[in-house]
Amino acid sequence: MTEVGMVETSGIEASTAIEPPPKLAVWKFTSCDGCQLSLLDCEDELLALAQKVDIAYFMEATSRQVAGPYDLSLVEGSITTPDEAERIQQVRRQSRTLVTIGACASAGGIQALRNFADVEEFTRLVYAHPEYISTLSTSTPISAHVPVDFELQGCPINKRQLLEVISAFLHRRQPQIPAHSVCIDCKLQGNVCVMVAHGTPCLGPVTHAGCGALCPGYHRGCYGCYGPKENANTAPLSHWWQTELGADRADLIAGFRNMNAAAPVFLRESLAVENGAATKANPVPEKSAPGPGQNPDAPLGKPGP
Amino acid sequence: MVTPMATEKSPPRILAAADLDLLIQALRSAGYRVVGPVLADQAIVYDEIAGADDLPQGWTDEQEKGFYRLRRRHDPAYFGYAVGPHSWKKYLHPPRRQVWRAHQSNGNLEIELPAEDSQATAFLGVRSCELHAIAIQDRVFLTGRYPNGSYQNRRQKVFTVSVNCTSAAATCFCQSMNTGPAVDLDCDLEMTEIVNAGEHYFLVRSGSDSGEAILKQLPLLPATADQTEGEAAAIDNAVQQMKNGPRSFDSSDLQSLLYRNYDSPAWDQVADRCLSCANCTMACPTCFCTTVEDTTDLSGQHAERWERWDSCFTGDFSHVHGGAIRPGTRSRYRQWLTHKLATWIDQFGSSGCVGCGRCIAWCPVGIDLTEEVKRIRELEQS
Repeated sequence: MTEVGMVETSGIEASTAIEPPPKLAVWKFTSCDGCQLSLLDCEDELLALAQKVDIAYFMEATSRQVAGPYDLSLVEGSITTPDEAERIQQVRRQSRTLVTIGACASAGGIQALRNFADVEEFTRLVYAHPEYISTLSTSTPISAHVPVDFELQGCPINKRQLLEVISAFLHRRQPQIPAHSVCIDCKLQGNVCVMVAHGTPCLGPVTHAGCGALCPGYHRGCYGCYGPKENANTAPLSHWWQTELGADRADLIAGFRNMNAAAPVFLRESLAVENGAATKANPVPEKSAPGPGQNPDAPLGKPGP
Repeated sequence: MVTPMATEKSPPRILAAADLDLLIQALRSAGYRVVGPVLADQAIVYDEIAGADDLPQGWTDEQEKGFYRLRRRHDPAYFGYAVGPHSWKKYLHPPRRQVWRAHQSNGNLEIELPAEDSQATAFLGVRSCELHAIAIQDRVFLTGRYPNGSYQNRRQKVFTVSVNCTSAAATCFCQSMNTGPAVDLDCDLEMTEIVNAGEHYFLVRSGSDSGEAILKQLPLLPATADQTEGEAAAIDNAVQQMKNGPRSFDSSDLQSLLYRNYDSPAWDQVADRCLSCANCTMACPTCFCTTVEDTTDLSGQHAERWERWDSCFTGDFSHVHGGAIRPGTRSRYRQWLTHKLATWIDQFGSSGCVGCGRCIAWCPVGIDLTEEVKRIRELEQS
């Protein structure tokens, strides 16, 4: 490396040194805790992080609790109970910046499969005393309840991306989290396309990058863990899966109705496939028929009763 | 238009196929890292090779829109395939490159540039379309007011061994773009592989002093008139395959056709099918667009700027304050195709398309550039 410049920055350092560190809070709603674990999994960087922020509320890591307000709140999990619908309002009120982490918080998570069924029937089947269960009929992302400053997609999130978001927040810059397809990451890595060269159905062309194209790198089709990419066009992919790759509607519904089942783009597509729309020659439905209790164009879910 | 002007090459000589490895070893002894075609993940890709045994001998590729499969050949040809998912662009214009990094300590900001110490590299098996693609990127990166020193550093250390195509994939249309299949641009060595009736040899020509210096180390025989005629017939086979194939078209008026059709309904139709996934631009050997990503670490004491391939199919590509200039697929596809086939000519003096067919084969839903051009033409006439 060659040195090309030296700039005096002592003034900058002096001004940052006297400020108290920003307060970080990590909140859990309905989720598996995997995304919070991604933060704990930042083993090498955890000490550096603890030096730059005051970890004021992170129950998965420590029982120490510092009262709000918080400068940065990381929110994991979706809203599935009346209590959570109330609690997210409190979290928002206490948070200067609110970032959702993971598919649950950003799209409703795997538990949003309840949105396609009757949750009361589930509780009757599963619990001996369903009358004790207080739950909402839908699982909804945080953005359906409160304004969200940034959504970090993924099931689970990528710890490098989480560190990037926190670093960007700390230094008041744009996070480098591209919203492009998994395909771009495959091509950057030189992966051979599993769809074109192997005939393997893959959700990569409609899925948000972030995982590092993990599955195609191991010759598997993308499972869509990171949810829809920017400007995702799912219908022609469904059409190609069915007409060229031998996938059937059940494969497609299972593909789109996964960890990001309630992400609006994937929701519309799985409903369209279910209703047979994607088998048409011109595969873009103007407006998909709403499913049971769903209006896919409306913001998903509202705070429960 | 830039007219290809190739330096006169030496008369052809014959290299026995069994001696191909000697060529590779001569290049390695001359200090080159040799990169060429290898089998990987059920495709023929470009990677470093140690000898002729690493080449995809006896394999070919079957290609159609959204489709690529390796197939066994019935002969022992080394270069019996068309083009694969990789192009030489990955070596000359790498997918990611650190532009600079900076450290802050004791009140000082130190900015460092990464050392440009690229290795001398021999490209083995460069097709005519790929030579044209490299020439196009040369014009993009090396001409004009701001030549790219990083590209230049890598480019000037490249030794090219080109191979004439004697068969074409169904996705090939270099014949329509006037970029092949016969090599017509400068290269250090030019080869044609002949396999027939128990014979297997290469006709080789040198196109530079360094190419001739390599040939001097090899056991070569002069080519006979029959062999030279056989070579021409073999290359003509690829020409005829493309002329009689479904993707042959007249490219002479593409610029005016596209300039007349900014509002063609064809753009809406392709937008219905296009995933805006960017595979076409990533696979394209001439697409050169990049973005820069500035990052810091947690401490704020270290910052880095990276350049990486970007695509006009992403929203971020045209994002300015207030949103993306091209928010939807219609305008993104139109931008890509119109730049590739029309505005590129105004900007760089040639078409941006070399007819390699990668965008057709590697589109995961089989969108075909030649069909889209045809559709625009038909809709204009209807």
